[in-house]
Amino acid sequence: MSYLPFVLAAWIFLVGIFGIVRSRHFIHLVVSLSLTQSSTYVLLLSIGYVKHGGAPIFKDVPLGTKAVDPVVQALTLTDIVVSVTVAALLLAVAIEAKKHAKTMNPDELRPVRG
Amino acid sequence: MSRRARLALFGIAACGLAALLLWSITGLPKFGDYHGAYGKILDKAAPRERQTSNVVAAVVFDYRGFDTMGEELILFAAVMGVAMLLREPREEEAPVPEDPVRSDALRACGVSFAGATLVLGLWIVAHGYVTPGGGFQGGVILAAAFLLVWLAGSYRSYRRLTPVPIVELGEGTGAGGYVVIGLCALLIGDAFLQNLLPYGVAGKLSSGGSIPLLNWASGLEVTAAFVLLFNEFLSERAVLIDPTRRPS
Amino acid sequence: MVALQATIMILVALGALAVVLTNDLVRLVIVSSAYTLLLVVLFVVLQAPDVALSMLVVGTIGYPLVLFVAIRRDRADE
Repeated sequence: MSYLPFVLAAWIFLVGIFGIVRSRHFIHLVVSLSLTQSSTYVLLLSIGYVKHGGAPIFKDVPLGTKAVDPVVQALTLTDIVVSVTVAALLLAVAIEAKKHAKTMNPDELRPVRG
Repeated sequence: MSRRARLALFGIAACGLAALLLWSITGLPKFGDYHGAYGKILDKAAPRERQTSNVVAAVVFDYRGFDTMGEELILFAAVMGVAMLLREPREEEAPVPEDPVRSDALRACGVSFAGATLVLGLWIVAHGYVTPGGGFQGGVILAAAFLLVWLAGSYRSYRRLTPVPIVELGEGTGAGGYVVIGLCALLIGDAFLQNLLPYGVAGKLSSGGSIPLLNWASGLEVTAAFVLLFNEFLSERAVLIDPTRRPS
Repeated sequence: MVALQATIMILVALGALAVVLTNDLVRLVIVSSAYTLLLVVLFVVLQAPDVALSMLVVGTIGYPLVLFVAIRRDRADE
């Protein structure tokens, strides 16, 4: 148990990259990329976790109660919302690419020539 | 490179990477055995220093406010990119798709849910620094409330509810407002994004100094960004509902 | 608590594998949404309600909608 969360983060990262490598469709690729990104959330939150600690919210909880690290949570929560818009941007690029290349399969794209 | 060769190459590389990652994990402190001083100090200091009961919000909008400004500008830039890529030069009267919802019961329920979702979103944004929530989470819920009008009601009323110039104005005001609040602190001689208002009493809506202002600025920014995002993707979809009427 | 944490972590690990192995796109949206719900439970268990709320709204509203419309757009051309 003492290393399981970190192993989980490494697993999600590798599985996500595997998804990107085996992808046959840009939408699948974007989902795999977001999945790879979610490994960072798991890693950050598990590093900041304190055994028997509560959430870092002191509403109706006396100050000084053992709580987990708020900094990693702050880093993660904004990133999650921003990641959707970045995924949407990637999908928009894929839609544009389809207009020119007539395919959503990364394998069928020809290399760009200058 | 063939697909099989690529997967084989990935297999070898992944084994190496997995070994390295596992080796590095054994050097980390054990799960739950956290050593960082920064978080512990903030947990003790922030509720007293900034009078916010939600320490995460204090970190997002105060101690690391500059970081959040960067995130907001990424959001802004990404949505602008989507708009630039997907917005085609359309005529004034874009073809209006037929609404798939014909059931009155569904329409009534859906639209009343939109109202409830709107209130929930506002509540989540408003209490961001007291309980879990804040501008980022609440903003997405607010955008979903507008979207429900389209899903359960009609596309026409959705477009009337979210005119693109107003939404764009909201997005700009949200992103710009955050920076302006930071600059105000500079004007009175403090550091950029320094908290400049009285802190009030923890647990009340009037607490946290300028945290509520930054919270609402980011709420507006996220709401507008998501509505704009949906708008751009939906108008693509709307154009495609009847392919024979597709312009160009 | 430890058993709960271990269970949800294993479920997340299996969920991640299910997402990348799904080839059908509409099914992929549903599976990835279910995966984000598992992450929400994990974040709650790790005492991060703010992050869980963020993941919840994004996984149930943001991602599925954007993906569905992209799929619709992709299929409309064929």
